[in-house]
Amino acid sequence: MRRLERLRSLFSGRALAIAPPFFWLALFLLLPFLMVFKISFADLKFGIPPYTPLLELKDQAVAFTLHLRGYALLFSDSLYIATYLSSVKIAAVTTVCCALIGYPMAYGIARSDPRVRNVLLLGVILPFWTSMLLRVYAWVGILRNDGLLNHLLLWLGVIHKPLEIYRTDLAVYIGLVYAYLPFFILPLYANLVKLDERLLEAAYDLGARPWRAFLQITLPLSMPGVVAGAMLVFIPAVGEYVIPEMLGGANTLMMGRVMWNEFFNNADWPMAAAVTCVMVLLLLVPLALFQINEIKQLERPRRGAR
Amino acid sequence: MADSRPTQQAWSQDPDEFVRLDNLVKIYGDTVAVQSVSLSVRRNELFALLGSSGCGKSTLLRMLAGFEPATSGRIYLDGEDITDLPPYRRPVNMMFQSYALFPHMTVQANVAFGLKQEGVARAEIQDRVFEALDLVQMAGFSRRRPNQLSGGQQQRVALARSLIKRPKLLLLDEPMSALDKQIRQKTQIELVKILEQVGVTCMLVTHDQEEAMTMAHRLAVMTEGQIVQCGTPHDVYSFPNSRFVASFIGSTNLFSGAIVVDEPDHVVIESPELARPLYVDHGVSEPLGMEVHVSIRPERIRVLREQPEGDSNWAHGAVGHVAWMGSYALYQVKLDSGQAVHASVPALSLAQSDAPALGDEVYVAWSRGSATVLPS
Repeated sequence: MRRLERLRSLFSGRALAIAPPFFWLALFLLLPFLMVFKISFADLKFGIPPYTPLLELKDQAVAFTLHLRGYALLFSDSLYIATYLSSVKIAAVTTVCCALIGYPMAYGIARSDPRVRNVLLLGVILPFWTSMLLRVYAWVGILRNDGLLNHLLLWLGVIHKPLEIYRTDLAVYIGLVYAYLPFFILPLYANLVKLDERLLEAAYDLGARPWRAFLQITLPLSMPGVVAGAMLVFIPAVGEYVIPEMLGGANTLMMGRVMWNEFFNNADWPMAAAVTCVMVLLLLVPLALFQINEIKQLERPRRGAR
Repeated sequence: MADSRPTQQAWSQDPDEFVRLDNLVKIYGDTVAVQSVSLSVRRNELFALLGSSGCGKSTLLRMLAGFEPATSGRIYLDGEDITDLPPYRRPVNMMFQSYALFPHMTVQANVAFGLKQEGVARAEIQDRVFEALDLVQMAGFSRRRPNQLSGGQQQRVALARSLIKRPKLLLLDEPMSALDKQIRQKTQIELVKILEQVGVTCMLVTHDQEEAMTMAHRLAVMTEGQIVQCGTPHDVYSFPNSRFVASFIGSTNLFSGAIVVDEPDHVVIESPELARPLYVDHGVSEPLGMEVHVSIRPERIRVLREQPEGDSNWAHGAVGHVAWMGSYALYQVKLDSGQAVHASVPALSLAQSDAPALGDEVYVAWSRGSATVLPS
């Protein structure tokens, strides 16, 4: 009987609700990643697939061969290391810019009249209705030497010869900040809109000027929203391919482009897989540490209350 | 601008007057939340604003704290016009409904917050925080976060936080509303003791008449943005000036009738609900024949088996319901006219006499000093 009950609980509503996303993630995220992970330990080979198998039947025995060529190259060639550092730097600067621009915007929307609020939010979400590729193309048109921006500035007389923004790191930053800003604003907005206004009133009541009340109450209480937004910007920005490819110059070093080159130009799948695995590791370890810290923070009060 | 205002002149003769509201008005769009409220609170007095939700009492409190600008009228505190000061410049602190403790700070940091804003030296902050926490018996919890405290503990921290700056005026917004009913009464008395120990002028807002009666030295009853009556709890309870106040503060029996005799020391009122006239031993300056209401509190009504003497202030009926409340019994007597009268009979007198039971024929009677005439 008890076993039957356990079986029933396994198929209960909760399990059924949780199962599909888990299954989805396992099938389309975990499995492909394991395949990439496997390929990263293979060696280059001409043919289909273009890499050596790890397990092989050789002379009635199973041979298991691990190739570390990709990883060895990765850590010996300074270009790869420079690319990793450059990617992290570009993603970090993008995140900081998104925070500086996005915080006031999220704050403004959260504090606005509820009737206007939805319109403002729509404004943040609206760009998603057109293709990302199109929007980046639009930036090409704006930033090009004979583009809209230079035309406008020349016409206004602010500059006398065109600014060279297109195909520089600056263009990549502009494109990245533009593309990822909504990902920063939305979680932060969701946090700020929940802020209990009486806490601010209590701070004013106790003598805090509005600016100090913001620094001491609003800002610390909105940190979870800032962190969520920062992660949503930073993680995809590290591996971004389209924006650096279309707006960046030849010396804009980013992981996404290296991966593309290894896969499609060099057809070096093991190398590309190694690059990918190291990048995932690079992102996962700090995130995992952060997550563990968060969980500890959450559990502390519960333990104390008992 | 401030100089032209007759600040000194606004002060009345009462030397103890400490807070003064002068024709205070608050209008939101086309709704009038507070219409022309004037009142004064004395030094170290615990003053309660009593009213049901939406009567404007909270708006009034928020104007005192500085969260809502007054549409018109002035607020004076200790001789100073504070109407236009922002909340962070007012020597006024508030204990919020459900406390509004900062969730990301410890108890100690919450209490210290007010002093930190003033730039008080760290050592002094430390001393004063522990002094305040001692006062509310929370010194042992200084490192806890608000969500690790019970409702009663949170309230005490909120009290310490609002007292730490030694405000001239302390505002209490529904201080008991977040507490369980069982601990409310005990907490009310404790709170009053602490406030008297500190010696602070207090303005309390509540919808709970028992709370106002227990805690306040004086109270004002508000409805529809206006103060309808102001006085000590005893005065307001015993001499309500309107039907609204009579039924809002405690329960009461109301009779409607016309004035037939109006002398300086008494009035006689004939009510269609009573066979005998009502004789009240205070005069009213109203015209003869005017329709008025008379309030008689349930505890002033006796339930008798024999017909009382005299030809006024009694009625005949039958017991319709008896509710045993422990220390007293609440009788509902159905009069011959059909009107129901409520009488609370103390347990002591029930035990002494042969208590009337359900359905028994009885007389209800009251003395000349028990009834109050309500002109409105």
